[in-house]
Amino acid sequence: MAQKVSIRIDGEYVGAKEGQTILEVARKAGKYIPALCYMEGLSAVGACRLCIVEVSGVGRLLPACTTPVQDGMSVTTNSEKLARYRRMVVDFLLSERNHYCAVCVSNGHCELQGLAQKFGITHVHYGYGYPKMPVDLSHERFVLDHNRCILCTRCVRVCAEVEGAHVWDTASRGIRTMLTGELNRPWGAIRSCTGCGKCVQVCPTGAMAEKGWAVEEMTKRSDSISWLATQRGGRE
Amino acid sequence: MNKLRLATVWLDGCSGCHMSLLDIDEALMGVAMKADLVYGPLVDAQEFPKTVDVTLVEGAVSSQEDLEKIQLVRQRTKLLVALGDCAVTSNVPAMRNPVPVKKLLERIYVEGADVHPGVPSNGVPKLLKAAVPLQDVVRVDLHVPGCPPPAGTIAFVVGELLEGRMPELSGKVRFG
Repeated sequence: MAQKVSIRIDGEYVGAKEGQTILEVARKAGKYIPALCYMEGLSAVGACRLCIVEVSGVGRLLPACTTPVQDGMSVTTNSEKLARYRRMVVDFLLSERNHYCAVCVSNGHCELQGLAQKFGITHVHYGYGYPKMPVDLSHERFVLDHNRCILCTRCVRVCAEVEGAHVWDTASRGIRTMLTGELNRPWGAIRSCTGCGKCVQVCPTGAMAEKGWAVEEMTKRSDSISWLATQRGGRE
Repeated sequence: MNKLRLATVWLDGCSGCHMSLLDIDEALMGVAMKADLVYGPLVDAQEFPKTVDVTLVEGAVSSQEDLEKIQLVRQRTKLLVALGDCAVTSNVPAMRNPVPVKKLLERIYVEGADVHPGVPSNGVPKLLKAAVPLQDVVRVDLHVPGCPPPAGTIAFVVGELLEGRMPELSGKVRFG
């Protein structure tokens, strides 16, 4: 049985179990920590860096989703410094690829757009890259628009860990990283894809969407995927 | 009391932001009491006046003409507002950016033409390599994102500026 530990989050004492992450404990305690790549029920990868927190005695910021709690730990979830870095993360995500909210199926339901609003971002501070990105329309029911992909890898993980098909992966490195399916086949030609659409449902932006929706019409059901994942995993 | 000198400018945009400005309805009366609209697609003036207090700019900077215009506007304006996603992010006009201009024009005016194929060159401004947001070429004092920014937002922004205050938009506006 996991040992009980006690940590402080923003000054409040919170009970936790060894092995839990700061993010799990904080969310359970009703604390808001923003995150884009984290999704309950999937493994945590610490990719988006939005969930960074300050831990007393640690000289650097730590991602809450991959940092296990330790007894006596004191965590700060919100500060001017954290807000500055989180804004910077969203700023980078907005300028790296081509996010044209106005013509996106997920306009109004997008987690990236929502965070930009929440953080009070009215414009980006780094130049737009305008990279040429492919749009994969080969699947009969789904679209993959790389312009809108933020490489959170939720789709990669939900497919591997929940659906068990492991269609998606990332290829290349750094700014050239691309989502890729079954050794770089177009989606419609991927034989291991079961067509379940879990990847679409967990995608935080309009990068993956169902065909047939117009601007603002695509809403996602990532909550139900989280529920499914936690049920299957036998986790709490 | 001197009225505030207000101008609006329409660069590479769809005029939706100007429509949204008109959509503030009765609030326009209040604006008219406190400001003179000295330039823009909604009034007759042909030349951008020498001095303007506030200019609302819709659209991205896409052509040589846009570039020269916005530089002149900046010189003659005290407070420059990027109004809407095209002015703030370059938005839809920037969707052409990954395609080289020559290829783009040929695709549309040669390959895509049923009659008289040929890239127009007479009397049309040269396209820039990329459509860019205002902030890439001039200093912008206030960004108001939205496609278009809702009428209520514009009424708030203009109302605050008319009172001599800088509108606090944090959390109130969004892209798209």
